[in-house]
Amino acid sequence: MTTLTTPARTAHSTNLRPVPWRRMSWVTWRQHRAVLGGVAVFLGGFAVYLWLSGLQMHHAYTTDCSAASSLTCGDFTGTYGTTAILVSIFLQAVPALIGAFVGAPVLAREMETGTFRYAWTQGIGRWRWTLGTLVPLAVTVAAAAGAFSVLFSWYDQPFVASGYVIPFSTRVFGLAGVAFAAWTLAAFAIGALAGMLIRRVVPAIAATLAVYTGLALTTGLFLREHYMTPLSTNKPDLPASAWAVSQWYAKDGKFAFPARGSQLVDTVVQLCQPGTRGPGIGSVSPAQCLTQHGYTQWTTYQPGSRFWPFQLIESGWLLALSALLIATTVWLVRRRAT
Amino acid sequence: MNVVEANSLGKRYGSTWALRECSLAIPAGHVVGLVGPNGAGKSTLLNLAAGLAVPSAGIVTVLGGRPAGSSAALDGISFVAQDTPLYKSLSAADMLHLTRNLNRRFDQSCALARLAELGIPLNRKAGKLSGGQQAQLALTLALARRPRLLVLDEPVAMLDPVARHDFMATVLTAAADDGVSVLLSSHVLAELERVVDYLILLSRGRVQVAGEVDDLLASHRVLTGPAAEADRYADRPVVHVRRGEAQAHLLVRASAGDPVPPGWEVHPVGLEELALAYLREPDAAVLPGPARGRNTELTEVTR
Repeated sequence: MTTLTTPARTAHSTNLRPVPWRRMSWVTWRQHRAVLGGVAVFLGGFAVYLWLSGLQMHHAYTTDCSAASSLTCGDFTGTYGTTAILVSIFLQAVPALIGAFVGAPVLAREMETGTFRYAWTQGIGRWRWTLGTLVPLAVTVAAAAGAFSVLFSWYDQPFVASGYVIPFSTRVFGLAGVAFAAWTLAAFAIGALAGMLIRRVVPAIAATLAVYTGLALTTGLFLREHYMTPLSTNKPDLPASAWAVSQWYAKDGKFAFPARGSQLVDTVVQLCQPGTRGPGIGSVSPAQCLTQHGYTQWTTYQPGSRFWPFQLIESGWLLALSALLIATTVWLVRRRAT
Repeated sequence: MNVVEANSLGKRYGSTWALRECSLAIPAGHVVGLVGPNGAGKSTLLNLAAGLAVPSAGIVTVLGGRPAGSSAALDGISFVAQDTPLYKSLSAADMLHLTRNLNRRFDQSCALARLAELGIPLNRKAGKLSGGQQAQLALTLALARRPRLLVLDEPVAMLDPVARHDFMATVLTAAADDGVSVLLSSHVLAELERVVDYLILLSRGRVQVAGEVDDLLASHRVLTGPAAEADRYADRPVVHVRRGEAQAHLLVRASAGDPVPPGWEVHPVGLEELALAYLREPDAAVLPGPARGRNTELTEVTR
């Protein structure tokens, strides 16, 4: 309360003491080396697999998909496509697992075992301890994920080159570029905060998985396409690697109906195929039918050249979110009333 | 300097007050025993002083006015919590390094020497040490920080008698040799008798007795006499009456020179007996006068 007495001033000046990062990194490593070792083994093992199968795949790609024999490129995607899909689905879970098993226990275990009463009464002070623990761990897992996503981008490159998958695909966007590291960082921060709020390891792990999954799905399905205003075109063919966001038909410059769904089918049936449902032999295709009757198909899309801007936007807000979550965690530790 | 100073301190968990209206000033240079039944608020008071808990009411400062829990306060206080929490998967050597890295001061050579003396293997995990060894390790870590105040929450509750004795011997050595002030809580009264020179008795979340042990013992006497006459002393400052078949034992506020009624014998009182008597009479109180600090003048005693 009073700032006039000498002890209070002393308290103030020592409160401004910076975090001793080198010492805290040592402390953090010593306390969390088992789980960090687990992450290293897990990611390392997976990296070896990606590298070996990637070598094989790159070889097959150069043989099957070289310009002269591009017809056999189908063999390549047929052989390796399923594996690549499984790999990318599995990788989606990696940030969630890191958040749950590295992030959530950091504070929850201290609370559950009572060791916070040791950690938070040391001379370093509790908020410096928390920041000094969370930041080195966050940097470590994000760096590991970043390195891993470089490997994945290389692994996935033949599929992108052959047009089997576009870089904007929900399946690979979060795994490539800088997004994978950002998602891992966010998962870690979610875990740390969940651990502080819930104070028990297993429920905190479950909450981390749930929240992360919700955030990742929301982003992939609803949020990402709005990062930048999409371009629109009335040409039927989109540029390669563009991400079609939405398609609809317009007539006389006005929106008519979406390019899929019952309204479209009804219109086609009514205009070109009276009495039948579905395209019969010899009849015109729905697209031709609609074009003949003055409808124009419009497509909004994100061009492939926006891949890196999108990566940076996504990583940017994830980084800001992570910083906010970690700051909240530190704040909670600081004001926590036991 | 007061090592702990509380003013109308209160701590509420939900709707229950674990500690309320607690005002006390513990002078430096003592081994202070904090005594009370389970649930009296001992751990709460110690957690507040160590900065682990935040007061719901009032203020608590340590080491001459530093706000509890501030960096300046934590720098000078070593807190050994109940059940001596240590990282079970870390070795004793790792715990030493950990503590050294988490504090500005750490007397590594002293800590190593003490562990060697105690026969605690450095490479053994903390979780594999015996209860006594874990407590000794936690105490070693706490003392190696060279604190000015050592706070121990129920340090010996889980220990066998030998480990208890060894632990307390270490605490007393630190207090005597290095001038560390010690504040320890216990519900094992017999343990404290040999150790503490300042007593704080907590009951139902309030301070009931606080004072130097010598002063407390000098100002109380036990009178033994016929049970039938016990009630005649109801108007005297009687703290507690213990009735037998024929005889009654009265703990009274009196000093050596006070007259003894005919037919009654007078005995000095022991610390354990004194504490027990007050614990059985939660409404009786001995507190330092309104001027807090080293003032040990005892005020009103009520029955």
